[in-house]
Amino acid sequence: MILHFTNLRLIDPEALSEDEGSLTVENGVITARDGAAAKGARVIDGQGKCLAPGIVDWGVKIGEPGERHRESFRSAGLAAAAGGVTTIIARPDTKPAIDTPETLEFVTRRAAESVVRIRHMAALTKGREGAEMTEIGFLRDAGAIAFSDVDRVAVNTKALGRALTYARSLGALVVGHPQEPGLSAGSAVTSGKFASLRGLPGVHPLAERMGFDRDMGLVEMTGVAYHADQVTTARTLPALQRAKANGLDVTAGVSIHHLTLNEIDVGDYRTFFKLTPPLRSEEDRLAMVQAVADGLIDVICSMHTPADEESKRLPFEEAASGAVGLETFLPAAMRLYHAGALSLPQLFRAMALNPAKRLGLPQGRLSVGAPADLVLFDPDAPFLLDRFKLHSKSKNTPFDGQRMEGKVLATFVAGAQVYGETV
Amino acid sequence: MSFRARHLLGIEHLAPDEIRAVLDLADRYVDLNRRTVKQSDVLAGLTQINMFFENSTRTQASFELAGKRLGADVMNMSVASSSVKKGETLIDTAMTLNAMHPDLLVVRHPSSGAVNLLASKVNCAVLNAGDGRHEHPTQALLDALTIRRAKGRIQRLTVAICGDIAHSRVARSNLILLGKMENRIRLIAPPTLMPAGVGEFGCELYDDMAKGLEGADVVMMLRLQKERMDGGFIPSEREYYHRYGLDADKLAHAKPDAIVMHPGPMNRGVEIDGELADDINRSVIQDQVEMGVAVRMACMDLLARNLRAERGRAAVGVMV
Repeated sequence: MILHFTNLRLIDPEALSEDEGSLTVENGVITARDGAAAKGARVIDGQGKCLAPGIVDWGVKIGEPGERHRESFRSAGLAAAAGGVTTIIARPDTKPAIDTPETLEFVTRRAAESVVRIRHMAALTKGREGAEMTEIGFLRDAGAIAFSDVDRVAVNTKALGRALTYARSLGALVVGHPQEPGLSAGSAVTSGKFASLRGLPGVHPLAERMGFDRDMGLVEMTGVAYHADQVTTARTLPALQRAKANGLDVTAGVSIHHLTLNEIDVGDYRTFFKLTPPLRSEEDRLAMVQAVADGLIDVICSMHTPADEESKRLPFEEAASGAVGLETFLPAAMRLYHAGALSLPQLFRAMALNPAKRLGLPQGRLSVGAPADLVLFDPDAPFLLDRFKLHSKSKNTPFDGQRMEGKVLATFVAGAQVYGETV
Repeated sequence: MSFRARHLLGIEHLAPDEIRAVLDLADRYVDLNRRTVKQSDVLAGLTQINMFFENSTRTQASFELAGKRLGADVMNMSVASSSVKKGETLIDTAMTLNAMHPDLLVVRHPSSGAVNLLASKVNCAVLNAGDGRHEHPTQALLDALTIRRAKGRIQRLTVAICGDIAHSRVARSNLILLGKMENRIRLIAPPTLMPAGVGEFGCELYDDMAKGLEGADVVMMLRLQKERMDGGFIPSEREYYHRYGLDADKLAHAKPDAIVMHPGPMNRGVEIDGELADDINRSVIQDQVEMGVAVRMACMDLLARNLRAERGRAAVGVMV
């Protein structure tokens, strides 16, 4: 089957370019840029809209095993496809945690129900408890793409150091959550004027830097490849810059919510805005956007965290943390584009190319030979977001009722259309 | 009447003229409460439910008395024996109560924002009787009434709020109210009990009692909220009393006619000297309790008027 996309703006994150052109796909792989339509090819007229590599979303929570009522592989796949995400990097903070090859095999089998690609991270320590390392070798053999205890920060630095040393010897990538656990214990928002006004327990933004500094010490000690899942405060940035300049094998991500929302959005205790780490000040948000533009922060993720209604319909401190993000990822990112903060190639560099490169995946590119994981979208199409229309089983989006600009028209995985009207 | 609010969730949502409306009406209820026959029928036929998720003797009694004097049917929900303990959520409890058609719901809850959440799910007027460390609006209003009656005004005064500000909803509500009424506010606390970013509210911060009390018209002491602390905020109660407890010596830095206030219950010998607390020439602590009933009567009266007006409009199908 040959697909010929024509009349498009091609968003190329590798070349950081956006040019009008066409793209040919054969057997699920990109075979030509700006070539002629072969005989018998299915021609897709993009009508001047944008074609970009599909998003590689690093850090998606799926409720299998244990919480399938919140999200299944099937519902997550549909939500992803609708949001332009073609590869999900799933988190191991399930119930139970993905900390044995057997659980990993289970989720790998279940993931076949998804219409988009799914790769799994495994826990770094058993039960994500920060004490004993998992069978990193077996898990790697079974397909674990990276190792992470997600938001549970190890208190036992010695045990963590051992796990990192062992991971290093296998060349495994470790994903950390930079946070000083003692300081952030019991907090619901970022400390400051807003937290004090609302009477909510806050965590100082420096808790993130302190956690990051500890992790950098361990990275220097062990030589492990390390990715910080979310860097969200300006005060962590100099430390990140220093680590990279010193040649440590370090990358960092940030969630789309921390790039588009700030602490004031919590307003009158709106629990859909309760995230981990908490939303930050507007100054921090702007610094993060700039860091993405500069390439200091490598990856933008959705940190998709489904939560059911019951767990969010509680007083703010008691409510569950996290927001769904797969389906709103691209429209939210378009806010940054329309604000003039980031260009489309810059956005797709952080949403597709960089995570793929860091994880050793061939996705995220529009070059010949790359997999035809593509998203066709209109960056200007306006709509009003209704959370009950989301494909995700959980509807906890902070963008409910908001005006968005940017719609996914069609999504392709390996050349097969998985979302959108037949184009 | 300029009081427009549907609920009383916090001082934050009130405009200065609404605050004045409450105080003016409360003044009249003070007179009523001093008569031998303290009966009014302005809430007759209305049902008031007091729902306290946190132990309280004084506030609950004050609300109960206020409702009864205005002729409402008052019910106290004892939460300790309720289904909340059986795992029912706050929302479910609220919906259950709502189905019983109350008109006024008085709620105290240990979580900040819980009363706002509840108010969004019920059809009656909700009064916040204290939520976590967020707000305690009737306390700020009764404090304002006490000050206005003692000082003759509630503007252009220097008010010092001292003690455990970090854990205090009373401090937050007072800070907002006194700021709206254009007073000069000073917060005095050990730095560990001073909330972050509070200087941005336009008040002056002190960690020294003598300096902070200099020239103050009003000295508001706060209770050290040991139950909300997870340890290590102050070295010991005796050192706290030595540095931050109000006694005659420290009070000498304030204006000679400065009044002393405390929301109660007091820890005598921790944040305030026992004799000073009882000194009728300086302490208005007993007045605060009296004003509390009157202010709560005024708040419920005003909310009930708005509730009736709203229901009236709904009944004749007028768009609101």
